[in-house]
Amino acid sequence: MKNLSVSFLLLFIISNYLYAQNDNIGQIHGNFQIEAQYYQDDTLIGAQALPEHFGINSYSNFNYTKEKFSAGVRYEGYFPPLNGYDQRYKGAGIPFKYASYNADIIEITAGNFYEQYGSGLVLRAYEEKNLGYDNTFEGIRIKFNPYQGIYFKCLIGRQRNFWNYSGLVRGIDAELNANELIGKLKESKMQIGLGGSFVSKYQTDQDAVYKYPENVAAGAGRMNISYGKLNFSTEYVYKANDPSFDNGKIYKHGEALLINATYSQKGLGIFFAAKRIDNMSFRSDRSASLSELSINYIPDITKPHTYSMPAMYPYVTQITSEMGMQTEIIYTIKKESKIGGKYGTNISLNYSVANNIQKSPPSDTSIIGVDGTLGYKSDFFALGDEFYFQDFNIQINRKISPDFKTTFMYQNLTYNQDIIHGANNKLTHGMIYTNAFVADMTYKIIKNTAMRVELESLFTEQDYGNWAMAVVELSIPHFFFTIIDQYNFGNPDNNLRVHYYSCAIGFNKGAHRFEVGYGKKRAGVICVGGICRAVPASNGFTLSITSSF
Amino acid sequence: MLTFNKYNRYSTIIFFLLVVCLCKYSIAQIPSVVIKNTDNRSFNTSEIKNDGKPIVINFWATWCKPCLQELDAISEVYDNWQKETGVIIYAVSIDNARTTAKVSPFVDARGWDYKILLDPNSDFKRAMNVINVPHVFLLDGKGEIVYQHTTYAEGDEEAFFEQIKKVALSTNESENK
Repeated sequence: MKNLSVSFLLLFIISNYLYAQNDNIGQIHGNFQIEAQYYQDDTLIGAQALPEHFGINSYSNFNYTKEKFSAGVRYEGYFPPLNGYDQRYKGAGIPFKYASYNADIIEITAGNFYEQYGSGLVLRAYEEKNLGYDNTFEGIRIKFNPYQGIYFKCLIGRQRNFWNYSGLVRGIDAELNANELIGKLKESKMQIGLGGSFVSKYQTDQDAVYKYPENVAAGAGRMNISYGKLNFSTEYVYKANDPSFDNGKIYKHGEALLINATYSQKGLGIFFAAKRIDNMSFRSDRSASLSELSINYIPDITKPHTYSMPAMYPYVTQITSEMGMQTEIIYTIKKESKIGGKYGTNISLNYSVANNIQKSPPSDTSIIGVDGTLGYKSDFFALGDEFYFQDFNIQINRKISPDFKTTFMYQNLTYNQDIIHGANNKLTHGMIYTNAFVADMTYKIIKNTAMRVELESLFTEQDYGNWAMAVVELSIPHFFFTIIDQYNFGNPDNNLRVHYYSCAIGFNKGAHRFEVGYGKKRAGVICVGGICRAVPASNGFTLSITSSF
Repeated sequence: MLTFNKYNRYSTIIFFLLVVCLCKYSIAQIPSVVIKNTDNRSFNTSEIKNDGKPIVINFWATWCKPCLQELDAISEVYDNWQKETGVIIYAVSIDNARTTAKVSPFVDARGWDYKILLDPNSDFKRAMNVINVPHVFLLDGKGEIVYQHTTYAEGDEEAFFEQIKKVALSTNESENK
């Protein structure tokens, strides 16, 4: 740490000196983010203050770039982490540091880096600060582009696990784009891209009972074909046997298949996705779980909702067993038409569903899922009998006048809470059926000043029962003011039929933004990009500052 | 391993020294990062150019409501903006593998004419120090960042267009000199 600090100080002084000498000596740039909350006890809603009263998460990135060279660090401080974040983040330090040289055909990075092979089914390192997720690699990566249309990405490294680095992962990815490669195809209507990856992890085996494989390999192949506005892309992954905590120590191989197909023309978009996931937990430590040390990323194929009520019960990918599909149709009804109105109307219909995969005993004399065995057999095309999730929703955007815009939404949801929240060991309520409604209206009062009113409701006989919600937001140049009330009027417990009031004021200028808020927040689940974080109920002040430079 | 206890005064000093430089330096030029366009071809961000006219880089996502409000609002006046200033808008989607395949039909259905780029693992987003979306950069004719904003409220696009016009004007003036 001391060495690092001193060397970084030197770098800083040198670059500072050089900058003064010459304007073209490079740039220092980065960003800063702080999320803080002051907690008060509120026994009724189950909000608990931290012993420190405050929770603070802060991140600061500093990068130096000079032509083909770049280097940087990220300082992170959790004093302590906000409620709902993993408390193992407590502390402060510089967990992310890198240096990179990029000469057109080759790029070398030493230190920390993020990476994704294909759609991420076999390997993806990424960060999602809102979820406290960061599985960055620490090692060496080489990107090699010997010829236009041919790309290689090789890496070796350990993975971040809170303040430690552990595991050992090696990977190579090759991608070929026929249209970039072959001169004749440059202007072709048909586009073809192919790719393949190989990833292997190493972990010693000192187990007394089982003989674990120390090296576990996974391979993936992918393809992207499009003709005009018709596009088809797919990726398949095969993973060798990898007994782990997640799969109950079975020796079965893993598989994943993801398919996306789209068609579009001006005013119409159609999107279809399907996937099958079988035993695809792939971590650099076989005893890790939840968000620890994942090498790969299995995307949800459900719509990420932005409104609170439709987002109350978010789906979470089931990495050991899932079969699902999603389809969405987006259509814009022309302006000046009878149905479209003077300013046009945009409609999107979305449907998604998920189930488990079919499983049968691995042999006539055994049962499903016994540790130390092959676990189960599965028919690739058969669905299991466990229903996970279904979401049907329709959203209509309509502009009534140049100053008045509206959005309406309806959602019908079926949610298997036992399965989806099961991993968190929270009290669950079986199958939940909900109907949610949203009306969002924005009215421009005068130039640059607008009022937004959002009304939402959610009806269900399970879990916490019915909810109603109202948001009023006023925006003027550089400022916004918001008042929110979420009212749990249908809670089965009369005492818990409470209002969750909150308010916030925000200021923004250029790349800087400040927001302060006060109020009660309900317990919930926040999901970004396919992974989720349970957020406990809270009561108190919040502060958020983001700034880029 | 770095823990709170071991967190020493050196890193404190460096941290605050670096915060000081917040006022002094800033990102000026577009870093070179290889991402994709909607034809699934690789696209190097150093190729973002517009013949000496203004360029806008808008980071957005299909699930980000203010982003869509902003891009919808600009879409209606984009023709006029282009005629008046020659501006080009690059709309960089940070949708990850969950929704990245949806971007192309989504854009077509909304009738947007922007140049769409895909940044599914946030590599370009990170290189540009973007924290949340929307985050919008305005570049002058020389490709230098002259203005940024990070939120959208109804009507903001009008003030933004004034900025673009200013940039277009100063570019023309320097050409005439």
